[in-house]
Amino acid sequence: MNAMNPDIFKKISTAMEGREIKSATGKPIVEVFVIPAVKALSLPVLGMVIFIFFWNVGAKSIDTSLGQFPGPQQTFEQAQSLWQEHLQERTKEEGFYERQEKRNAERLKKDPDYKVRIREYTGKPTFLDQIYTSLITVLSGFLLASLIAIPLGISIGLSKNLYAAINPLIQVFKPISPLAWLPLVTMAVSALYVTDDPFFAKSFVNSMITVMLCSLWPTVINTAVGVSGVSEDLNNVSKVLRLSWLNHVIKIVLPASVPMIFTGLRLSLGIAWMVLIAAEMLAQNPGLGKFVWDEFQNGSSNSLGRIMVAVLTIGFIGFLLDRFMLQLQKFFSWDSNAELR
Amino acid sequence: MKIVKRSLTLKLLGTFLFLAAGFANAEVGYPEKEELKFGFIKLTDMAPLAVAYEKGYFEDEGLYVTLEAQANWKVLLDRVIDGQLDGAHMLAGQPLGATIGFGTQAHVITAFSMDLNGNGITVSNAVWKEMKKNIPMKGGKPVHPIKADALKPVIESYKKQGKPFNMGMVFPVSTHNYELRYWLAAGGIHPGYYAPLKGDISGQISADALLSVTPPPQMPATLEAGTIYGYCVGEPWNQQAVFKGIGVPVITDYEVWKDNPEKVFGVSKEWADKYPNTHIRVVKAMIRAAMWLDENNNANRKEAVKILSKPQYVGADYDVIANSMTGTFEYEKGDKREVPDFNVFFRYNATYPYYSDAIWYLTQMRRWGQIPEKKSDDWYKETAKKVYRPDIYALAAKELIAEGKAKASDFPDFAKETGFKKPQTEFIDNIVYDGTKPNAYIEKLPIGLKGNQKP
Repeated sequence: MNAMNPDIFKKISTAMEGREIKSATGKPIVEVFVIPAVKALSLPVLGMVIFIFFWNVGAKSIDTSLGQFPGPQQTFEQAQSLWQEHLQERTKEEGFYERQEKRNAERLKKDPDYKVRIREYTGKPTFLDQIYTSLITVLSGFLLASLIAIPLGISIGLSKNLYAAINPLIQVFKPISPLAWLPLVTMAVSALYVTDDPFFAKSFVNSMITVMLCSLWPTVINTAVGVSGVSEDLNNVSKVLRLSWLNHVIKIVLPASVPMIFTGLRLSLGIAWMVLIAAEMLAQNPGLGKFVWDEFQNGSSNSLGRIMVAVLTIGFIGFLLDRFMLQLQKFFSWDSNAELR
Repeated sequence: MKIVKRSLTLKLLGTFLFLAAGFANAEVGYPEKEELKFGFIKLTDMAPLAVAYEKGYFEDEGLYVTLEAQANWKVLLDRVIDGQLDGAHMLAGQPLGATIGFGTQAHVITAFSMDLNGNGITVSNAVWKEMKKNIPMKGGKPVHPIKADALKPVIESYKKQGKPFNMGMVFPVSTHNYELRYWLAAGGIHPGYYAPLKGDISGQISADALLSVTPPPQMPATLEAGTIYGYCVGEPWNQQAVFKGIGVPVITDYEVWKDNPEKVFGVSKEWADKYPNTHIRVVKAMIRAAMWLDENNNANRKEAVKILSKPQYVGADYDVIANSMTGTFEYEKGDKREVPDFNVFFRYNATYPYYSDAIWYLTQMRRWGQIPEKKSDDWYKETAKKVYRPDIYALAAKELIAEGKAKASDFPDFAKETGFKKPQTEFIDNIVYDGTKPNAYIEKLPIGLKGNQKP
């Protein structure tokens, strides 16, 4: 180009020279904004491409007794077929309700005393239904854990004696695997949760409590650390102002320890998500974990691909949950200098 | 549901039967419980449940049924007993075992037999290689049926090397356990005794082959891992071994005992007493499903296989399930043979709960020590009558005949049926079984406890 049209090129560059856009720091804008933007976009894409390449090559070299290990293409196909199944199931569901209405109407004609009740769809939960179930379970378990963990963390953070009393318990309970808790939780729930028409399914309560037991600890510990780390200056201010205990907690302790509390909550939510999948798998409670286990049991040639879809979904949802907590943390955090990642 | 006008005689007959069965009203009323949850294990013989659901037969009876796969037979039985499940696809021995108190004690009954045959015995490739040396060949293929005599030298060589010969079956009171034991014992291999009074329920006392429990869907994986050298299980888990190339099915249960009863639909006695109309309606829907499965010489089997291959039911590949469901069975890779009656759902009165079927399982429980002492012939008959309920089956069948959904000729003649099949001759060792004389039968069996013997 240059050799062919040297004049045009020269003209353009001289025209540009006079009004080169500069950034505030004086460096050319390309250097400040464009290069980092390209970098920010291209590096993850590059990483992804390399990953998919290795995944593909790796998958092709693993031959299981259920056929080849699922590569990117097979996984994508299975994701599509799961979506199709979801749509089909929804169509079936509509038919189910239509037939039910008709049947109810017929019966009402013959038997006017009949109390019509719409019965819920009896078909199988689709992959998307399982995701929804898992999300609801993990969020309820996590919420319950937070409701216990934050007040507990604040109390032991404020009182050295209480801390000394409870700390050994925390240290012992913290490393317990959810799978160890599960049989105990299952039996306890069966014994205690006895109703004829339960609002929550037992399986839901089991999973939720297991999740709660395992996701308590990071929040408790981090809250306690945050609370005990409130600076003496702030405590003195509180003393000077003669704040009541409650006011002291609300006005001084909580705001000061918010960053630590959220660090704890983020850790807790991550643990909660991992625990839930394991619990669902072991206890056959509805959700993504059960989906994985069921597919494994089926042992069809599509099973591994479908499991791979679930694995990636689990990872992606875990990532979204973490981002969500990060946003919350940023929103509540007063210290704008702290770098959160 | 349609209102059915019956002739007076039918009505009288119906009333009589209902009164005999202890019901107050003459027609099958609306179901007392409309939302039901049934359990099943991922096996092709759960088909009547899947078909009754997918074809809307349950809905026709005003029932809203959810089908739920269970992890293993023990979980399934426990959940039926404690009421989490309304009913389930069960091993024929489960209601009997539970009622006589071997394992979990509870009164479980059945009014519907789900199928005949459908199991196979598979051994690992290594064992097959050794076994094959002892099997006569014809036209380059082994002669069937293969007897356990061919396995005996293999087990002896394992014994000499000090390696225990482990095999898998699916449950202590499962049809598979008794069939595997029958086959082994017919070939002179001792499968081991149970001694519940001494607290030994491993079933391995004086055993040549050590049998232990593995859930059906995990059989191929356990064989592949080398934990067991062979197993007896229902389909598709034998064909799966062929497809995966990890083992070779050597015999089907059709060849061990032609047209043997396999699964039943079990409910707890308490449930059946509480919801009699619901129970009859469930049996009605399942009879229709079984009829559909065998209709026009298995014409619907392909569609059935498609239903079963869905992930919520059996979930294995279409080809794997189709192999046995459409009347063929693949032994060694490439050695596919016709077994048209491998799965029978309705023909030969497959759905009728015969007392003699129940008694055969009881004789095997006695043979292997699960029933620890001698029982009288009357005890066998009474126990069978406590668990097997052809009276409920008859009510459901008559209702279907009256509705025009079935013909009287489809069923046994209910007025004359005693519930005892004629003496059966088609066992692999040619020993004749007469259900009316259980003790005399036990005496005839070569290996096993007789009279008052204890293990």
